[in-house]
Amino acid sequence: MSAVDHPTPLHEIRERFGFLRRSYAMLIKEFIQLRRDRVSFAMIVMLPVMQLLLFGYAINTTPHRLPSAVLLQEDSDLARSILKALENTAYFRFLYEVHDVDDFDNLLKSGKVLFGVEIPRGFERAVRRGDRPALLVAADATDPVAASSAIGSLGMVVQTALKHDLYIGDPPEMPFEIRAHARYNPAAASSLNIVPGLVGTILTMTMLIFTALSVTREVERGTMESLLSMPIKPVEVMFGKIIPYVLVGFVQAFLIISIGVFLFGVPVLGNLFLLALLSTLFITTNLSIGYTISTLVQNQLQAMQMSMMFFLPSILLSGFMFPFAGMPAWAQFVGEALPLTHYLRIVRAIMLKGATMQNLRFDALALAALMLIAMTIAVTRFRRTLD
Amino acid sequence: MNGGNGIAIDVKGLTKSFGGREVVHDLSMQVKRGSIYGFLGPNGSGKTTTIRILCGLLTPDSGEGTCLGYDIRRDAEKIKRQVGYMTQRFSLYQDLSVRENLEFVARLYGLADARGAARDMIKRLGLSGREEQLAGELSGGWKQRLALGACTLPSPKLLLLDEPTAGVDPKARRDFWNEIHALAADGLTVLVSTHYMDEAERCHEIAYIAYGHLLAHGTVEEVIAKSALTTYTVTGEDLNGLPGALTGKPGVDMVAPFGTSLHVSGRDVAALEASIAPWREKSTLHWQKSAPSLEDVFIELMSRSTDNFQ
Repeated sequence: MSAVDHPTPLHEIRERFGFLRRSYAMLIKEFIQLRRDRVSFAMIVMLPVMQLLLFGYAINTTPHRLPSAVLLQEDSDLARSILKALENTAYFRFLYEVHDVDDFDNLLKSGKVLFGVEIPRGFERAVRRGDRPALLVAADATDPVAASSAIGSLGMVVQTALKHDLYIGDPPEMPFEIRAHARYNPAAASSLNIVPGLVGTILTMTMLIFTALSVTREVERGTMESLLSMPIKPVEVMFGKIIPYVLVGFVQAFLIISIGVFLFGVPVLGNLFLLALLSTLFITTNLSIGYTISTLVQNQLQAMQMSMMFFLPSILLSGFMFPFAGMPAWAQFVGEALPLTHYLRIVRAIMLKGATMQNLRFDALALAALMLIAMTIAVTRFRRTLD
Repeated sequence: MNGGNGIAIDVKGLTKSFGGREVVHDLSMQVKRGSIYGFLGPNGSGKTTTIRILCGLLTPDSGEGTCLGYDIRRDAEKIKRQVGYMTQRFSLYQDLSVRENLEFVARLYGLADARGAARDMIKRLGLSGREEQLAGELSGGWKQRLALGACTLPSPKLLLLDEPTAGVDPKARRDFWNEIHALAADGLTVLVSTHYMDEAERCHEIAYIAYGHLLAHGTVEEVIAKSALTTYTVTGEDLNGLPGALTGKPGVDMVAPFGTSLHVSGRDVAALEASIAPWREKSTLHWQKSAPSLEDVFIELMSRSTDNFQ
């Protein structure tokens, strides 16, 4: 059992491909550690699935039984029939019946109802005459997603309902006009935008945190001292720590996009391979930035805080929450420096518009540039000594 | 490449400060190849800092020297290939198994057959059957053994061991030292820091460092001889009042209890003997002039260095 009897057989040391060997040693080590950290490992799958389901359903599901009011200026059979039809769609639930415009406006303004249907005086007569009168539907669009799906359904639903109405028969076209007013927020956002956007947001958050903790964790556990005393170079440490998570990120991206396609029906019009390629680039860029953070901070708490400092502008200024074109110039300038901005353009363009590499050249280059900048900072900032 | 003169470590005038506090002051030392060099000194004396400078983990503010013939400032990367450094705190990966830790080290150093090298080392360490156990779950003695195995795996020429036996039981400590002697016999140079006197006596040469200053060095005998300390060992029934009465008397530099006896030491023999004369008459006490132990010398050095530097 002691070294006295069995001196070490000298193992041959290879000098060739030292860079690859050492990076590989680091990579294997990181993989094992990741696999052994069951909570982190579970989070790799749970985090994107949970976020996507929560966000996706909250945003995508067409809301039902929205509180509504009706401004009835004429008590006709046709009016009753239309209200019944609207209620039958299950989108609307009529809580108030008012006869005064001011009451109607107040209900909407106070938020007691999200929808108001106004049936004007002489509506039935105008319909019978074929005048195509207007049926006004006012929506509180401060919550654009809630409003837009209901508005979208209006025309069809009412027409279908009226087809069977004895008074009208089966007219070739809409006997009256539905005039929808999206109040407070005329431009309702499309919910298709959200799922592709979530791919980028979720990846930013998880990738950033994975690597942001990697160097500080070694310092705090005391393993850095022994690692630094071994012949490994900063670039090798970096690659060894980033590459395992590229795979992790790839799995996450695959999960999110699959859920998006199969559960939320988001199309992928463009090339799936191009999407995978550019997603990998985006993942690596985020990992590099996370790694850079970990070389700048002293402990894991600081690493988390700095990650959040990067994550917040990413969400707010990338075009995920607010339209990029609507931001002031300085905010757009900041946004251009964030990987998420470029990836959102890429992922939305590929999934929804079927864009090709030709269209996305600029954003792909920007991602690559950001990645190289982050890696350069990380390698130069990595402390090779304990000074 | 190695200077060829049989010297593994040769440094002069090393100085290192942290935040304006000088941790290592003008330290010079030479360590012969194949020898075991003990590094002694109180906590915070600069032992760890010196070791870190030697293996390139810290850059000295001033001073120069070579480690295995390589310049400690310029050739840190080359030094790292041939030096095994065992840190004071266990610094292998706790969440990796014994085998995985060793394979990691073997791969980093570019051993052609990392798995084979790890397997051999596990056998040598007597860890067969525990290779899949996580390093963090090993007992203190096994952790220390594994750490030594990891730093000897790439066949280094110099081992730097920073308090390797702290918190390890006596049996494991003895095994550990047997192994270090075996490694030195194979030609490895070992620099080991410790607090234990019995370990100091197992070194070929020792150096005593306090508050960043190297106070004494040489073989154990040389260090004791150089101290010029006269020690009386007192035994008897009524020793309790004696330390209080003697401390501070002219010529009495140190009064230290050793089990049932008391060591009274001083550099000035005449003054010491004059001071203890009244108690030597007492029939209940037995006085014997003896050679100071290494511990006497160190405690005396320590109390002296406190006066000078704090």
